[in-house]
Amino acid sequence: MSGESVVFWITGIFAVVGALGMIVSRKAVHSALWVAFAMVNLAILYFTLEAPFLATTQIVVYTGAVMMLFLFVLMIVGVDSSDSLLETLKGQRLLAILFGLAFGALLISAITSTISVRNNGLEVANGDYGGNIQGLAHLIFGRYLLAFEVTSALLITAALGAMVLAHRERWTPRKTHIEMSKERTFSNQVTPLPNPGVLARHNAVDTPALLPDGSPSQASLPVQFRETAQDSDNSKEVTS
Amino acid sequence: MNPNNYLILAAILFTIGAFGVVIRRNAIIVFMSVEMMLNAANLAFASAAHTTGSLDGQVIAFFVMVVAAAEVVVGLAIIVTIFRTRRSASIDEANLLKY
Repeated sequence: MSGESVVFWITGIFAVVGALGMIVSRKAVHSALWVAFAMVNLAILYFTLEAPFLATTQIVVYTGAVMMLFLFVLMIVGVDSSDSLLETLKGQRLLAILFGLAFGALLISAITSTISVRNNGLEVANGDYGGNIQGLAHLIFGRYLLAFEVTSALLITAALGAMVLAHRERWTPRKTHIEMSKERTFSNQVTPLPNPGVLARHNAVDTPALLPDGSPSQASLPVQFRETAQDSDNSKEVTS
Repeated sequence: MNPNNYLILAAILFTIGAFGVVIRRNAIIVFMSVEMMLNAANLAFASAAHTTGSLDGQVIAFFVMVVAAAEVVVGLAIIVTIFRTRRSASIDEANLLKY
């Protein structure tokens, strides 16, 4: 076996494993990490295909930028948002599996039965202008110049679109300092809330402070950690 | 090595991506599956460049990457906007246009 086929079989199997891991893992963060794994393996495959520029771009753009953007959005949307395994459409899973198998069989049989090409290699094409990047630059800024310019317009439009979509309109006027202090004065709690019991017994912000009579004070906790009867019921529903 | 192996790998990855789009309900995972399909197409382009001995396939794969980056930015912004209004990233929740 040549070195190329060794690399192909190892990274190809890893890429398929990464793609399958994306499908089967219930948590979206795990899926994102599996996809990043598969993409790094694809980058190694690009190196064996004599495309070093494409391989580097794959690592920088896909695993570096795109997947980190995915993780960033996952943090906004909520890391705990795992899929419900409830089937909303009847028989969808079975049909999807059948569709996947049929589609894959169709593609693979089409490729193996019809396409038989000689492997020309890229030594000549890469050597024409002194390297892979130089050759790509010659093509991008020569034959594909118009497409390249249109791509820049596309990127600017995408950036504008993301800004427009992510912009949140402010419906209520911003509170002034005077209004805030008035609100504070007329509320039940004029003084600051008690601190959580950090360093008293635990070094954690979710440990409630103990009041003089020994009972824990829920008001000392950040809102997310406060426990009320209704909250504990809800959290059970969410985690189940 | 037989260049068809790369195409078969690309076909397998594309199939897995399409399967993920059909079967998962979380919009972000559906989006990752779309990315996987684009990556499979890129692999096919790169292997085509290798077999034909010209760099055009690599240039096309490069353009695919750029388009994918733009698509990710807009798509994730849409997902965040939907999440803000419906408090859910499930594609079953976004059904206002259904009837």
